[in-house]
Amino acid sequence: MYRQTEIVQEKSPGIVGESGEFTINVGPQHPATHGVLHLVITLSGETILKVEPHLGYIHRSIEKMCESLTYRQFIYVTSRMDYLSAHINNHACALAVEKGLQLEIPPRAQVIRVLMDELTRVASHELWWGAMAMDLGAFTPFFHAFRERESINDIMEETCGARLTMNYMVPGGVMQDIHPNFQRRVKEFLKLYKQKIHEYDELVTGNIIFQNRMKNIGILSPEDAVSYGCTGPTARGSAVSCDIRKIYPYEIYDKLEFDEVLEEGGDSFARYMVRIREMQQSIRIIEQLIDNIPEGEFQAKTKAVLKLPKGEFYTRVETARGELGVYIVSEGGTTPYRIKFRSPGFSNLSVLDHIARGSKIGDLVAMMGTLDLVIPDIDR
Amino acid sequence: MFITNYIKEVWGAVKSLATGMKRTIYYFTHHKEIITQEYPDNRDTLVLPERFKGEVVMPHNQDNEHRCTGCTACELACPNGTIKVITKFDLTPEGKKKKAIDKLVYHLELCTMCNLCVEACPSDAIKMAQTYEHSVFDRNQLTKILNNPGSKIMEGVE
Repeated sequence: MYRQTEIVQEKSPGIVGESGEFTINVGPQHPATHGVLHLVITLSGETILKVEPHLGYIHRSIEKMCESLTYRQFIYVTSRMDYLSAHINNHACALAVEKGLQLEIPPRAQVIRVLMDELTRVASHELWWGAMAMDLGAFTPFFHAFRERESINDIMEETCGARLTMNYMVPGGVMQDIHPNFQRRVKEFLKLYKQKIHEYDELVTGNIIFQNRMKNIGILSPEDAVSYGCTGPTARGSAVSCDIRKIYPYEIYDKLEFDEVLEEGGDSFARYMVRIREMQQSIRIIEQLIDNIPEGEFQAKTKAVLKLPKGEFYTRVETARGELGVYIVSEGGTTPYRIKFRSPGFSNLSVLDHIARGSKIGDLVAMMGTLDLVIPDIDR
Repeated sequence: MFITNYIKEVWGAVKSLATGMKRTIYYFTHHKEIITQEYPDNRDTLVLPERFKGEVVMPHNQDNEHRCTGCTACELACPNGTIKVITKFDLTPEGKKKKAIDKLVYHLELCTMCNLCVEACPSDAIKMAQTYEHSVFDRNQLTKILNNPGSKIMEGVE
């Protein structure tokens, strides 16, 4: 990795070399990278020869920070990794701690957690949809997406007290009971969503310019998706079955009715369709649960100071971007000895070089958009 | 055959663009469905939900009494070192020494609004306020002392 960086620095960007190749830098401050991702692209004319992502611009050493925080405290930091699915990150950490403590979670807390996860997934995919269309030059869909996302954010604000970094999941359940208005607000959202969902297809999916820019672009074969470690919608667009909610069900996902969304093709359009259809599956899960929240405690009784027994604990959940794994090594104290997060964005980014080689530079942004990268999740 | 396909393709393309434009024109003519809020102007009518986490405050009653015992549970629960409890010893009427807070220092600039301190407090002395406009010109103004000057602990709070 170091050696490659040195070679890039020798060539100054934008200057044509002897072989006719030249390098350009996209980012770290570039609107299409949705954050501080730095891509060094080697081009021959308009054709991409190599894409080299440079990371580390937003590295906050979250894993190291977690080693000095207690098992209650470290959960809030993980909201800052993949900030668009903050609930699901917190959920993964809470599950890992509960696995160590061998806690039984009350059924009410489980249902609330799953409801929040799915609302987060819809909100995340909606933001992705708007940003994706904006990358391709359509600005209006961004506002359409934010209208629906806003009503989810309002629900979150009412129940969890924050819009983006909620810190709502705690070991043993959830922090507070749901707000009395919660069920009514969610039903209002479902009604609004069903009224407006056809606009998504009218504005973007059916649009001929959009389709021409997405179809047969950035093709990822199922074998490559597996060997690069892709998960989530990126791999499911190549028909790789990898939904953790189906394969290793956690909480109450094994009792719910929903389909794992798979698309053949592996191009950008397949990845796009996976996310659009996944939103509808999430809506289906919310509809099943919203009237069936069981009564009871919202939090299991835990000790004031949590101590995990000596050992290693690994849990994984399905975030909006793929598989998030949380690995805790405990020495028996109040703070973890080591924490490792297996983030979905990092593996999904690694495939960018593979799918971009040989295509035109104008398509790079479309490919990056369908990978749904969140940079703080990659750097941690 | 080629011509027919070509015309079909062009017709499909024009139709798809027209479908999208129809949606745009719909919103152009239906102003009531626009839901944006004009933020600085609606400040007086803007109501935030009661659980909104804006900043940590310590409620006092009319007699300038609070519920904080100085147990430092919030200080231990805080992940960022936002709260610092400075205690002193008061003399009770019976002549015994009793622990009480001198100052509860709160660094707003470090706070991430995670609500862990409020959860940890055994006597409900602190809560989250719904304020949201925190920008100031000097960062020293962000360090706040939560208990009012001359305040005492409420009767019956242990």
